[in-house]
Amino acid sequence: MAKELLEGNTAFAEAAVRAGCEAYFGYPITPQTEALEHMSRRMPELGRVFVQAESEVAAINMVYGAACAGARVMSSSSSPGVSLMMEGLSYIAGSEVPVVLVDIMRGGPGLGNIAPSQGDYNQIVKGGGHGDYRPIVLAPATVQELIDLTVLAFDLAEKYRWIVIVLADGSLGQMMEPAELPPMRPVRPVDKRAPWALTGAKGRAPNLVTSIYIDPAVEEKFNFRLVAKMRKIEAAEIRLRELSTEDAEIGIVAFGTAGRICQTAVKAAREEGIKVGLLRPISLYPYPYEHVRALSKRVKSLLVVEMNMGQMVEDVRLAAEGRVPVSFYGRMGGMVPMPDEVLEAIRKMHAGQPVEFPGALDA
Amino acid sequence: MPDEMVETLIYAKPDSLTSTGTHYCPGCTHGVAHRLVAEALQEMGVREKTIGVAPVGCSVFMYNYFNVDFAEAAHGRAPAMATGLKRLNPGSIVFTYQGDGDLASIGAAEILHAAGRGENITVIFINNAIYGMTGGQMAPTTLPGQKTTSSPLGRDVETQGFPFKMCEILSQMEGSAYIVRRSLHDVPNIRKAKKAVRTAFEVQRQGLGFSMVELLSSCSTNWGLTPAAALTWIEEHMIPAFPLGDYKVHPAAAALEKAR
Repeated sequence: MAKELLEGNTAFAEAAVRAGCEAYFGYPITPQTEALEHMSRRMPELGRVFVQAESEVAAINMVYGAACAGARVMSSSSSPGVSLMMEGLSYIAGSEVPVVLVDIMRGGPGLGNIAPSQGDYNQIVKGGGHGDYRPIVLAPATVQELIDLTVLAFDLAEKYRWIVIVLADGSLGQMMEPAELPPMRPVRPVDKRAPWALTGAKGRAPNLVTSIYIDPAVEEKFNFRLVAKMRKIEAAEIRLRELSTEDAEIGIVAFGTAGRICQTAVKAAREEGIKVGLLRPISLYPYPYEHVRALSKRVKSLLVVEMNMGQMVEDVRLAAEGRVPVSFYGRMGGMVPMPDEVLEAIRKMHAGQPVEFPGALDA
Repeated sequence: MPDEMVETLIYAKPDSLTSTGTHYCPGCTHGVAHRLVAEALQEMGVREKTIGVAPVGCSVFMYNYFNVDFAEAAHGRAPAMATGLKRLNPGSIVFTYQGDGDLASIGAAEILHAAGRGENITVIFINNAIYGMTGGQMAPTTLPGQKTTSSPLGRDVETQGFPFKMCEILSQMEGSAYIVRRSLHDVPNIRKAKKAVRTAFEVQRQGLGFSMVELLSSCSTNWGLTPAAALTWIEEHMIPAFPLGDYKVHPAAAALEKAR
């Protein structure tokens, strides 16, 4: 496959098709609608399932049903739509069926706007729906990563029988850049579906997919099983990129689009002779606490940059354990920080001055 | 002459029911409705290709009583979940079993759009005009003046609105192939209900579109009536408000019924 000029939304949708996605259920919402439109054309022409649902509530429950059938299934949406999916996601977690969701975040709260944001970090990474669970969350910074992580999401979802959310933002969904699509994988034949799948109890005992455990002792046993699954995921699925952190005195931690912007700022600061490095978490759950902890032992200070009022910064502070000051710089409401703004923050930290973010909790 | 005695089996448990005793209250009609579904599946020989979707409500544990694949849906979302199951298992028989709160209140959007899409699923709609599992609150189908724990003075239509007549509503959808209302208050009506349930599943098997059988049912516990009085209450109060009948019958479905 050669590189093509691809738009993020269309690219992840086509990546899902090539990863063997058998069904897509969704509802139009900016800035991810191009994905739904792409699926509305591609899935039927390949003899696969596409349904435009009456709402995100219905879409995620259709996904739930299809996942119970043992199919590779996904949905995609943007912040307000993902809020509506939280009920279904909780049930999916409580049933341990594999589901992939792409969230192209936009400005909020409320109707907010349709511009890029990272305001849903807490909602997505910390669980979202009711009850005790953490979905696997993967944060791309380029269209290529958006493609690659969407494909990976299907494999991880099935490996762990779990929810995998690709958490990107409106800029990644809407931008075009050169990227390479994966080769087409064959769709799994119906008779190769998992033994737990609901396909009709032909020649076997009936299968049941449920999230109800009315006896507290049994529910707790189930909860402990999820704990064990979480520990397994935390041990095996941490992903991140580090740039120039070996000799860094200032460490930046940023994910997704913010991480990409920081990369430019780090290079510019290095040209000015400032020893700064970047740690970009790709898996937000499981979070690379150990890597941030190790970084906090090497640097004199940390800077977290996000397109929100400071959400992931709490995880960085947890990892840093008060070892070094953690500053925060963020833009919100669909405003995207420019590399120069981050560079300015780096310069201030280098000069021992506070980073300006109104109300920032400078540790 | 003991060796000349011949045992003739005239009534047995359908193969799609398990031997588990139900948790339903004495006098509850859920058991009757379950059996009608099971008999229809057995007669059609489709137990091994059937997938049920259980609701939230008194019948939340119905999968314990059925010897078929089952999913347990979120409250009201059974038609959406069934859509996913059916689209990925197009050769199977997929049904939901929903109460009035589940179907006509919290799941009103899901049922309306499943019918609108002509989703090829069968819905068994249990209408007993009350929320059973949570202890007798007002349902979307609670009758005007009916006392419940959340309409203690009787449902006041001025402030609490009117009952939803789901057969009348869903029969307006072009995707609906078979929409009928039956009652479980006496044997002749149970027999009619049985025939309708079977037809609804046949409609699905033929791929004619969305099918729903509404079954007027009792809730002696929350109505505060004896089981016998509750059946009379269905006849005297519910049937006038929810007239029995065929609200939408696809011509091919009518032919199916006639052929049997």
